[in-house]
Amino acid sequence: MEWFQYLSFGDSGWGDELLAGLGVTLSLAVVTLPLGLFLGFVVAAASVSGRAVLRTSALIFTTVIRGLPELLTLFIIYHGAGLLINSTVKWLNPDAGFVELSPFVAGVIALGLVFAGYAAEVLRGAWQSLDKGQCEAAQAVGMTRFDTFRLIELPQMLRLALPGLGNLWINLLKDTALVSVIALNDLMRMTNIAVGATKKPFVFFVTVCLVYWFICIVCEWCIAKMERRANRGVRISSS
Amino acid sequence: MFELLINYWPKLLNGAAMTLQLTFFSVAIACLLSLPLAILRRSGHVLWQWPIRLYVSFFRGTPLLAQLFLVYYGLGQFRPELSELGLWWFFRDPYYCALLTFSLNSTAYQLEILRGGLQAVPLGEIEAGLSLGMSSRLLYQRIILPHTYRIAFPALGNEIILMLKGGAIASVITLMDVMGQTRRAFSQTFDITIYFWAALIYLAITSIFVLIWRMVERRLTRHINGPVPKIAPNPMSTNTTAKNIEVSNAN
Repeated sequence: MEWFQYLSFGDSGWGDELLAGLGVTLSLAVVTLPLGLFLGFVVAAASVSGRAVLRTSALIFTTVIRGLPELLTLFIIYHGAGLLINSTVKWLNPDAGFVELSPFVAGVIALGLVFAGYAAEVLRGAWQSLDKGQCEAAQAVGMTRFDTFRLIELPQMLRLALPGLGNLWINLLKDTALVSVIALNDLMRMTNIAVGATKKPFVFFVTVCLVYWFICIVCEWCIAKMERRANRGVRISSS
Repeated sequence: MFELLINYWPKLLNGAAMTLQLTFFSVAIACLLSLPLAILRRSGHVLWQWPIRLYVSFFRGTPLLAQLFLVYYGLGQFRPELSELGLWWFFRDPYYCALLTFSLNSTAYQLEILRGGLQAVPLGEIEAGLSLGMSSRLLYQRIILPHTYRIAFPALGNEIILMLKGGAIASVITLMDVMGQTRRAFSQTFDITIYFWAALIYLAITSIFVLIWRMVERRLTRHINGPVPKIAPNPMSTNTTAKNIEVSNAN
């Protein structure tokens, strides 16, 4: 069947190019995840802090990030961060040449910001559902604020936040397809190139949809397993 | 920055009209399609379960961009066959392809939301309706569906906003919505502030929509919440004999 010919590995088939694109897609998602999570924690902490300035800043951040299309955020970061970096470099050193912002870095920043905006809301909701009595008991025993967070709040928060964060991870995987629009050679862009070369769009787009579908199903299965493990030993409430 | 707006505001306004039109029609078509499918999924014949589950899993597990390309470019591979069937006028137009893709995508998400809503209808009320001898149609019309839509209301609002934002992808297949007009303006002027004006437009549309949705939600659930939100009495108040003036005025 001609499908196998188009997808084979080697000179005439596009299988190896698609696999390289898949590697870029997965590496983009894997690099974005820790950055997005860390920034999400920071913004969530700011949104529940005692200082009004921090609370307002966090609110503005999450409102703006959640209100804009991801494509628009990506373009703003890609074109805007490039301009920002170049004007900073020119201001520091007028003789410097043009600094190119790689689309990978722009994608990581943009998708990390989007992930952080949604993750901050999930983490805030998880933190506010915690039992405050346990934190007060830790304080009474003399634990530092950081130790209380690390040993008591964080494990319970992660259990509560896991479904929401799992959803965000799946959305992140699907949003990586957008960086193909800014010419990063991920799976989507390699498919577009292959389509341009072979003029068989249906074959390749069905393949790429099946690949994304398969990855999402595998991730959903892993997340379900993680949720089952996180909920081990939790007594079902009598409500 | 403002000269840019003065030059381009008619185009941005056209783009906004296209965005709103595309979102509205996709969501409306999805609303019509998702209800029968949700009812089938929930209580229909077992033969319906797996096709619907597969459909939902596909449209939620693949990127919207991939789905759009599959319909617009992918089906273009079958141009001779589609022309023979007399359907080519539909599939060659980016607007109709985007409408089809977004409708199918939104149907899948709304289906899941409505399925959750159907599940959350209080069983006692359904049993009461059955004991009164209500037909299935009357049961759905008077008891199940009003409950379902009230329960699912916030989640449906979220889904509409997500569709609005996801619709920005239509600019990639050269549809001139807000995103498309912005990209063209940027390619002509290389002035980054056009993106901030687009961001402002999206934020404005989203905020106005959220306000209207919450107003409708308050109106729909007024039988639960009461006409005026009750003001809790101040526990620190030393005036223990006076009633709460605001509450008694509301009642």
